Amino acid sequence: MTTALSRVDVAPVASAKRRRRAPGWLAVLPLLVFTAVAFGLPAVAILDGAFTAKDATTGATSYTGANMTASLQGPYLTALLGSVKLSAISAALGALIGLPLAQAVVSSRSRWLREAVLTASGVLANFGGVPLAFAFVATLGNAGVLTVHLGLKDSGWDLYSFWGLVLVYLYFLIPLMVLTITPALDGLRSQWREAALNNGATGVQYWRHVALPVLAPSLLGGLVLLFGSAFAAYATAAAMVGSAVPLVTLQIADALSGNVLVGQENVALALSLDMVLVAGLVMAVYLPLQRRSARWLDA
Amino acid sequence: MARRLTLWRWIVLGLAALYFLVPLGASVIFTVDVPGQGVTFDAYTKILSTDGFLTSLLLSLELAVATIAVVLLLMVPAMVALRLGAPRLRPVVEVVCSLPLVVPPIAFVAGIATVLKWGPEYLSRTPLFETFVVIQDDSFPVVLVLAYVVMALPFVYRALDAGLRAIDVRTLVEAARSCGASWPQALVRAVLPNLRGALLNAAFLTLALVLGEFTVASLLGFRPFAVWIYDVGGSQAQMSVAVSVLSLLVTWALLLALAGAGGRNRTASSRG
Repeated sequence: MTTALSRVDVAPVASAKRRRRAPGWLAVLPLLVFTAVAFGLPAVAILDGAFTAKDATTGATSYTGANMTASLQGPYLTALLGSVKLSAISAALGALIGLPLAQAVVSSRSRWLREAVLTASGVLANFGGVPLAFAFVATLGNAGVLTVHLGLKDSGWDLYSFWGLVLVYLYFLIPLMVLTITPALDGLRSQWREAALNNGATGVQYWRHVALPVLAPSLLGGLVLLFGSAFAAYATAAAMVGSAVPLVTLQIADALSGNVLVGQENVALALSLDMVLVAGLVMAVYLPLQRRSARWLDA
Repeated sequence: MARRLTLWRWIVLGLAALYFLVPLGASVIFTVDVPGQGVTFDAYTKILSTDGFLTSLLLSLELAVATIAVVLLLMVPAMVALRLGAPRLRPVVEVVCSLPLVVPPIAFVAGIATVLKWGPEYLSRTPLFETFVVIQDDSFPVVLVLAYVVMALPFVYRALDAGLRAIDVRTLVEAARSCGASWPQALVRAVLPNLRGALLNAAFLTLALVLGEFTVASLLGFRPFAVWIYDVGGSQAQMSVAVSVLSLLVTWALLLALAGAGGRNRTASSRG
């Protein structure tokens, strides 16, 4: 009798506990299993392929650093540096232009303008890839509307070049910067400006000593985000310049599809690993900066 | 001083408007003003009848629906559970959902292509080989859904996290449970309606991602919408630009509809 009673007492508690516990990690499990397969396998394939070489005659595979070395030499190194240069310059320009634009929107205090610009930025920041390339080809390409009507060709304009790509990349980088920096600009209190001006500071001094230091983490974070975004972009460049500008993404695509040399797949994987390392570095810089700026804005 | 500021602001806004509107306007002119033919709307009227337009667009839409369904089915229970019973798994999920940001799409597809080659190389005698064939079926490539779900994880995580932060999930679920609701009922009828904005936001970002995705699909040899635009661009420049302009307008309309449907929170997203 007593055992039966205690069992009755214990059972509901245990089952209630199990009921509450079970969904916890069980609900997370499918997500983890899915990413382990859909993301983990390709990631392992990159790592494995980047460090293996296949002997063409025997078919035997062996571990080697040759692919990584090859990926940092000759045309591959040129492409990697080209990508870094393109991304750095477009990110810097995007930040330099995005900041005053966001400031103009924030300081105007017009709800309508603000909503319009932010919505447009949300769309344009996602407007990349093939359509963007074609829109610019139609505008400034060899037979583009502006090229023809303004006679740009005679003055040496060429869209399918390094600076042409920068111009096109800015089309999604500037809106991305506006989206990233607007919350930080909202966080600048008007009292800080008033206090600075009351103490005899000029507008320039206010920006130099008050606003920019407060904005610095967000600005740097935005810059890094823009860099990563430009660095990873492939579709726009592929649709626009083909391989006129050496970029690491184009090299990987060429090596993957066997356009250049057969058997370069593992170098493509080594190049991919190079990209992952650069992107990882970017994230390692970005995340702490983002936390820091979030702390400022919450305070 | 105030005057100069206003002037400065209008110059900045004017230049920005010029930079962002001119390519769009010029694209429209490019599509209707064809050299030698005068003003014509052929580029737009012919789109529907062009070979491959409907099939590729349908494929992209199917992929988008499947991706949205899978990513939400995976993420919503996990994110809700993190709030309720498994807070210690939170960093794990956060890292897992941020990892795709570190692997650019082109590197990701290089990895996928390698994995897909393992099929014929090592697994041709095992039942797994069948799976490899099935997921690469041309009419509905499941492998693209797998890839897109992974690529959407960071955005969906951010959108859902923002949505969940705004509501008290624990109280909602406990209230529903003490009114006699089962776990699924509590989730579907109490939590999800409160997450409507976040769910719409996540769905929109995923839709935009899948409709515009070119890298993975083209390198794996499939032909959804973005790849079709690219292919058409080679032979029919006017039409490819017309479709590009239309796709931007559609994205715009979707975002405005989303803003109207109650999703006030807008999520910045990095793109691939």
